Amino acid sequence: MIGTKSRDTLAEAVADADALAPASSRPGVLRALLGHRTGVVGLVIVVVVALVALAAPLLAPDDPTRVDALRRLAPPSPDAPLGTDNLGRDILSRLIWGARLSLGTAGLAALLILTIGVGLGMIAGFYGGLLDDLLMRVVDVLLAFPALILALAIAGVLGPSIASVMIGIVTVAWADYARVMRGQVLAARERQYVEAARATGVRDARILARHLLPNVLPPILVLASLEMGGLILTISGLSFLGLGAQPPTPEWGAMLNDGRAFIGSAPQLMLFPGLAISIVVVGFNLLGDGLRDAFDPHLRD
Amino acid sequence: MLGYIARRLLYLVPVWIGISILAFALSLIAPGDPARQVLQQGGIDAPSPEQVTAMRRELGLDQPGPVRYVRWLSSAVRGDLGRSIRTGEPVLQSLADRFPRTAVLALIAVTLGLLIAIPLGIISALFRESSLDQLARIGALVGASVPSFWLAYLLILLFAVRLRLLPVAGAAEPRNVILPALTLAIGAAASLTRLTRSAMLEELVQDYVRTARAKGLRERAVIVGHALRNALTAIVTVTGIRLAALLGGAVIVETIFAWPGIGKYVVDSIFNRDYPTIQGFVLFTGTIVLLVNLTVDVSYVWLDPRVRLGARNR
Repeated sequence: MIGTKSRDTLAEAVADADALAPASSRPGVLRALLGHRTGVVGLVIVVVVALVALAAPLLAPDDPTRVDALRRLAPPSPDAPLGTDNLGRDILSRLIWGARLSLGTAGLAALLILTIGVGLGMIAGFYGGLLDDLLMRVVDVLLAFPALILALAIAGVLGPSIASVMIGIVTVAWADYARVMRGQVLAARERQYVEAARATGVRDARILARHLLPNVLPPILVLASLEMGGLILTISGLSFLGLGAQPPTPEWGAMLNDGRAFIGSAPQLMLFPGLAISIVVVGFNLLGDGLRDAFDPHLRD
Repeated sequence: MLGYIARRLLYLVPVWIGISILAFALSLIAPGDPARQVLQQGGIDAPSPEQVTAMRRELGLDQPGPVRYVRWLSSAVRGDLGRSIRTGEPVLQSLADRFPRTAVLALIAVTLGLLIAIPLGIISALFRESSLDQLARIGALVGASVPSFWLAYLLILLFAVRLRLLPVAGAAEPRNVILPALTLAIGAAASLTRLTRSAMLEELVQDYVRTARAKGLRERAVIVGHALRNALTAIVTVTGIRLAALLGGAVIVETIFAWPGIGKYVVDSIFNRDYPTIQGFVLFTGTIVLLVNLTVDVSYVWLDPRVRLGARNR
């Protein structure tokens, strides 16, 4: 679902980013976020799920991959609070461990996307010229595609695995960030503090890292938080198709896939993983909106 | 105006070439030897090194990458995307045969999405902060957050398994399109409602709206004729992006509902490591997406007089 959902929030965020004040004049972003009702709800959801993911070994009542033929497709009971799947594995334990994988892969993918996108965008915007032209043509090509389709093709050609899915998504998704970052750098390049640094003979790399980055990064981070939900949907979607996490790994999208055959007889196999994905994505979407509003209260909608 | 359209067309050429390079490059990152694969698919389980070498020569794989790319591209522009390893059929023909199914599904879904989103977005903006607005916003949030593959099964569970009103999957009869279209429409409606609402909120505070009201226009004319008309540029842009993504194949939803479009076809091809089909699919959908983008750009000419008059150079 990225491709579509994320692109229009991106377009909004890009427009928003232009309106953002420089870093020095927004002291209370965190305070503003904490005063934002739905933003706080999002923050709480994300923090709770992240804690569950971190504490998975302590929280999970059972081994998520332990097969038990005697309790296949059992309905919820004290023994297995959310029931068991077609191999008798405890669904709750698989969900808890799945949080680790789903958040972990999405987080790692986001980090890679940000690093590549921000890095290349800064270089393109700062140096301009042929390199800029070339990079932006590549960005044009990548943005011409619905992200899911290209990520699917890349992951598909590489063969099913969580790593293929990550490579597919990162290859496609950095382009958005590079474009936004380039615009930010182009605007900031003409500002006085950059000229001053140049005039005093500071090296390019240092100007980029010490002077430009801190000023242009915040709107990019808001953008990233808005995109996290879409990223999770794409990763779990590709896993659902069977391209990502392979059995018996407890991953939410893959769990949904496992439950397909039992939709009539044991709907809990599909209900709970889908609910887990939805809740996390709602959390990130609320948090992203809250952060955007916190950076600029005028943009509240 | 013609200059504007010509400029947009000219801009598409390098992007299309980029897409073709990308599609071709997929074969370079693929693990395994396609020649061996073709032989195995042809029934030779353990091909001898001589057979593999001969097949590599036959497929042109002994040539360097750039030479192969130029050959592949020059066949592609003549309508030859090679043959599927899996079925042996011409790739372009297979895609073209399945595309109408995908197009029907995409058009129904987007139309349905717009029919929900535009009225809801307008009402939401007009009665800002009302309980109706709150409800619409929560609906849009949930609609955008629920994974399509889960929504699809919830709909199957309700309409096919419990109520037995609609068929689960396939494309045997017209009503088969309802559930996949509904799944995709809900996702589209969610983001379009949100967009319509914020675009309308932006327009409703503009001076021209006040002027229109001041000169005594009926409220309906102010909203539909003036505010919505101006909000339409943003709505058309996002609708175009959404439509392009669906025309490129709603891979997940087509797979779930066994809807025989290009999305399901490419997923089947992926699991059979059918590289020529995957490559052809990327070039095919890339071309369609560019054409949809071009249509959206041309529609600005009609929607926004500033484009027509050349005031905005984009």
